[in-house]
Amino acid sequence: MPNLTYIALIPLLPLAGFLLLGIFGRNYFKTTSGIIGTTLLLIATVLAIYTAYGYFFEYGKVAGVYQKLVPLHYTWLEFSKGVSIDMGIILDPISVMMLVVVTFVSLMVHIYSLVYMKGEERFPTYYAFLGLFTFSMLGLVVSSNIFQMYIFWELVGVSSFLLIGYYYDRPSAVAACKKAFIVTRFADAGFLIGILILSFYSGTLDFNTLIQKLTSPDSVELKNAVAASFLGVSALTWGLVLVFIGGAGKSAMFPLHIWLPDAMEGPTPVSALIHAATMVVAGVFLVARLFPVFAISAPEALNLVGYVGAISALIAAVIACTQTDIKRVLAYSTMSQIGFMMFALGVSGHGGENGLGYTASMFHLFTHAMFKALLFLGAGSVIHFIHSNEMKDMGGLRKYLPITHITFLIACLAIAGVPPFAGFFSKEEILLAAYQHNSIIYYVALFTSGLTAFYMFRLYFSIFWNKKADIHGEHHGEGGFALLMPLILLAVGAAAAGFIPFGNFVSSDGTKLESAFHLQFSILPVAIGLIGIFTAMWLYKKKNDKPDKIAASLSGLYKAAYRKFYIDELYTFITKKILFNLIGRPAAWFDKNIVDGLVNATGKATQTISEKIKGMQSGKVQQYAIYFLIGVIALAVLFIYVWK
Amino acid sequence: MMEPGLYHILFISTALFFIGVYGFFTRRNLVTMLMSIELVLNSVNLNFIAFNKYLWPNRLDGVFFTIFIIAIAAAEAATAIAIIINLYRSHRSIDVENAEEMKY
Repeated sequence: MPNLTYIALIPLLPLAGFLLLGIFGRNYFKTTSGIIGTTLLLIATVLAIYTAYGYFFEYGKVAGVYQKLVPLHYTWLEFSKGVSIDMGIILDPISVMMLVVVTFVSLMVHIYSLVYMKGEERFPTYYAFLGLFTFSMLGLVVSSNIFQMYIFWELVGVSSFLLIGYYYDRPSAVAACKKAFIVTRFADAGFLIGILILSFYSGTLDFNTLIQKLTSPDSVELKNAVAASFLGVSALTWGLVLVFIGGAGKSAMFPLHIWLPDAMEGPTPVSALIHAATMVVAGVFLVARLFPVFAISAPEALNLVGYVGAISALIAAVIACTQTDIKRVLAYSTMSQIGFMMFALGVSGHGGENGLGYTASMFHLFTHAMFKALLFLGAGSVIHFIHSNEMKDMGGLRKYLPITHITFLIACLAIAGVPPFAGFFSKEEILLAAYQHNSIIYYVALFTSGLTAFYMFRLYFSIFWNKKADIHGEHHGEGGFALLMPLILLAVGAAAAGFIPFGNFVSSDGTKLESAFHLQFSILPVAIGLIGIFTAMWLYKKKNDKPDKIAASLSGLYKAAYRKFYIDELYTFITKKILFNLIGRPAAWFDKNIVDGLVNATGKATQTISEKIKGMQSGKVQQYAIYFLIGVIALAVLFIYVWK
Repeated sequence: MMEPGLYHILFISTALFFIGVYGFFTRRNLVTMLMSIELVLNSVNLNFIAFNKYLWPNRLDGVFFTIFIIAIAAAEAATAIAIIINLYRSHRSIDVENAEEMKY
């Protein structure tokens, strides 16, 4: 194995960018900060691709199995023997794949932002935050220790918070960033408790040791973790479910998804990077990282993952059909696609042919990162051009934005699962895995993929066709090379990534997974996808009143979906009416009257006593001398008569 | 004529001590107060000398102590007079009651 310590540079370069631009950017790099950040990330991307090449083709494979390598390991904080927070780097197929995805998409976003964010007041700060995010995300994917992952997990949360609230003078952005932070933080509490439970039973925080201890059937730790139970469910399952809650919060799974649509208040390239391609798949990555434990030792927790994923996919797709803000449509579509990845993990087994769902999930993560980042950047170009997020302001833009139009179309075809684009391959694998293991989830997924095709093409036709463009006078065109180059590169990825034989590289147990291609199986999903596309075409290609009529005929359902099934209202009700009134107010009363009362009483007592004895300090020297004399006499009496 | 014994000397030193204490508490003039303190110190000196002479006549510890105390008393007098002079410069008075405002 060659010396791999250089891998530490991949996360550390963006960190250097963050520190440099964060501290000196405002004063010294007002206009050049974009170039600095992009250059650092370009180096990191090259290193990541070099690492991936080396890992997959040179040293990663031993006897046909991809190994988990730990090229860098440093014990940071040791609690007791074996239980320590370490900083380390783990190389296995998924972390290497994530390194490439994160650096590549981040690089595209960096380049794109050079134009998109040009002239912003806080341009250097923006690049500093992007660097912080990229550092944290890269640190997260290479974490060799579950606590290290938790630290980076919180760091991505913070950088997401900072970037959503980038336009801090808009109240809606401020509200959105607070919401995102609080909701994910709430979920992270589950993650933390999950970590504590898992590490308590396994006696370690190290991923490799933890997985090994909690999966080998004759280990004492596993037996203890399964034997201990709470409310009829084993401690191990509780631990994994809690860890999954953390993942669900970050990945915007139902019912913790409410922050994601609001997070679209951030700058569009940020949405492409954080809320589409990288951070939101951290939950999927977390489940994948602990997948052996889920699959071998706690199948019921894995079932939960599957059902939560399927429900999220369906609900998000239904809501996406009714939204009119293009970024929100994309946000719900992201949530729906992450739902696909989650239930693909949920229906998967561990090892050999059973691990199809795992491979499919990772494959979909990979392709989704490409086409969803592309969709967001395309939407960014449209917004940049038209200065609005609303569909009703758009239409007929294909003449004005030709390259955006083509790349957006490719991305839509990819997400709709039309062969031969990337999404087709990954989605077929997911559906096949679902078909083999759980028929309920399979039918839900089939219906959802039809909906996906429908709402994506609703979006596409509404932006680029529908009515005649309403552009008067001057317009600044499509934007420069820096704006188009990422679109084109990502479009190439979205078109071609599907041909990567993914099963050769990523599988649940590291061995090669033959992904057989079943032609007759693919007919049904593709047909459903095409039906979705043609329905969208029929309804939205020309401006007409059919969509409104349909919406009116389905008024109850449409309204519910338009209002996002009232989940936000439900949360508001629970927090405002129940939590604030029943818990918040009594707690505030207790704090105000009892806690503050005690503190005030102490202060008052001190004040009263001092007031009383203040007269002793009169400034009369002779009076002090008398006190002194009395003290000496008292001591003399004590020494002579009492303590002889 | 009776040879003066230890008790006589102790009586004198006790008397001196209490005269000093009384003077310290009753006088208002800082210089007089300083003089009273000297009385107290000298009564202690007398005590040391007397005990040295009558209890351990072949040793000199008490005498040495006395010399120490005299030296320290000199230093103390110098410091105290410096303070008094400064007080006089600022208050035009060496009455101790005029220095009350210095309590803060």
